[in-house]
Amino acid sequence: MGIIMKTYTYTEKKDTRSGFGAGLAELGRTNPNVVALCADLIGSLKMDEFIKENPERFFQIGIAEANMMGIAAGLTIGGKIPFTGTFANFSTGRVYDQIRQSIAYSGKNVKVCASHAGITLGEDGATHQILEDIGLMKMLPGMVVINPCDYNQTKAATMAIAEYDGPVYLRFGRPAVPVFTPADQKFEIGKAVQFTEGTDVTIVATGHLVWEALEASKALNEAGISAEVINIHTIKPLDDKAILDSVAKTGCIVTAEEHNYLGGLGESVARVLAEHRPTPQEFVATKDTFGESGTPAQLMDKYGLNSAAIQKAVKKVIARK
Amino acid sequence: MPNIKELNDLTTQVRRDILRMVHKVNSGHPGGSLGCAEFFVSLYNDILETKDGFDMDGIGEDLFFLSNGHISPVYYSVLARAGYFPVEELNTFRLIDSRLQGHPTTHEGLPGIRIASGSLGQGMSVAIGAAQAKKLNNDDHLVYSLHGDGELQEGQNWEAIMYASAKKVDNLISTIDLNQQQIDGSTDDVLPMGSLKAKFEAFGWTVLEIEEGNNVEAVLKGMKDAKALTGQGKPVCVLLHTVMGHGVDFMMHTHAWHGKAPNDEQLENGLAQNPETLGDY
Repeated sequence: MGIIMKTYTYTEKKDTRSGFGAGLAELGRTNPNVVALCADLIGSLKMDEFIKENPERFFQIGIAEANMMGIAAGLTIGGKIPFTGTFANFSTGRVYDQIRQSIAYSGKNVKVCASHAGITLGEDGATHQILEDIGLMKMLPGMVVINPCDYNQTKAATMAIAEYDGPVYLRFGRPAVPVFTPADQKFEIGKAVQFTEGTDVTIVATGHLVWEALEASKALNEAGISAEVINIHTIKPLDDKAILDSVAKTGCIVTAEEHNYLGGLGESVARVLAEHRPTPQEFVATKDTFGESGTPAQLMDKYGLNSAAIQKAVKKVIARK
Repeated sequence: MPNIKELNDLTTQVRRDILRMVHKVNSGHPGGSLGCAEFFVSLYNDILETKDGFDMDGIGEDLFFLSNGHISPVYYSVLARAGYFPVEELNTFRLIDSRLQGHPTTHEGLPGIRIASGSLGQGMSVAIGAAQAKKLNNDDHLVYSLHGDGELQEGQNWEAIMYASAKKVDNLISTIDLNQQQIDGSTDDVLPMGSLKAKFEAFGWTVLEIEEGNNVEAVLKGMKDAKALTGQGKPVCVLLHTVMGHGVDFMMHTHAWHGKAPNDEQLENGLAQNPETLGDY
């Protein structure tokens, strides 16, 4: 089966975490085995609706993320499908060993759902802006890693991972960002989505950077550069074929993500290319740095994570062909 | 009423298994394993209500979680001799391609194991989750867990201890192996923990002590008493007083044999103190 082609239409701005909340609420109505856990961040994770409708299936853990991961692992023994909710930093770095031993190595069907990922968390600053979580999670054997791009895709992904048997890391964000994928989409884990066709360059983006890539492709088109924009929502397992098929046509690639270039989507793509088809690649990502306080837009600009940065990377990579 | 002689014979055989397993691969943790032999034998032969066969979800049966996974030798021996897998498989302990990994894991599909453990301090949270799943499933069976005393130095335990009483997880019996030893020395030398009874009680648990943790009858009575205390709104903690290395005189009352295997001569000495009862694997 070939790559999934999708058209896209901007509708409004909404936060991806609300997509998670809506997906979880829907699961509460349709899947009696789904349970939710939270470490004192119900409002931030938008879990209110699920809790209101299913109070007996919600576990308020308190500010104790390590305990939350262990309890989630235990709840799977007895057939529950636990969704844990806290910020991305506290969902990964803080509890790495708990996830590694009690969830990943133990093969438990836990969905680690992480909000406020990346630099767009904004004003709280670097203590809360994890830019290493994709790397941490993708290195765990058997862990699926998903970073959806807008409200609708996050909602669809939330519902899809309940149907998948195994540990999943689902990463989403805090700010309101453009909604542009269809409300009724079917989410396929590990399947790339192509939004534009192009011949000069492949742009592979994940999370908040997908919209920026689409904006970049419009501007590039006006400058006579034809860009193929591919949304990799699943960083692991990676859709190798979609990437290889596209670069066979374009001959160069830009990867774009709200994450450190060490350990992120870009490095996963580089591995695939190095193994099968060495191709010039530029990385739109943070460059081995912590973040800082600021508005999401200011930070995306300062750290080179927007449409302008993608356009610059495209011109650079085309020159390397 | 169980036949105490049979359980004592099984305990002696388990001690032989432990010594032979760690000796063969010149690695593993005999000290804590020997000290918990009576506990495991009592648990798997009289305390736990289990179904025939093994399935991961364990609905309609009691569950046990080992948090201090390094005492895998006693766990494996008792599981094998309870029929979870062939006793001969004890021969593969810590060898390549074995289901009997250095620390217990679900990864190789060994029947009887429901969670990986080894990195300390994680088992109580898992046991709590499993206990809460039982409540959701209207399953009135119990969840048991075992933890080292030194292991309580890991902070995650105290998150779990606080949570279990706050959320009235009263279908859980967590046993602490109080042997007062850890790798670097006695717990009092490494990091004194004060009164664990007072700490658990302050955290809202019902606490029961088994003073003779290396006496099968005392362990059976204590665990039955603990069971009678479940379902009363509080989690139950059993402080199990044991001697690390129990049953092998030169391994007793010291931390030296926490993670060291006996040499040929020491093995012979240890086996002589625990004559074969049910047959070596």
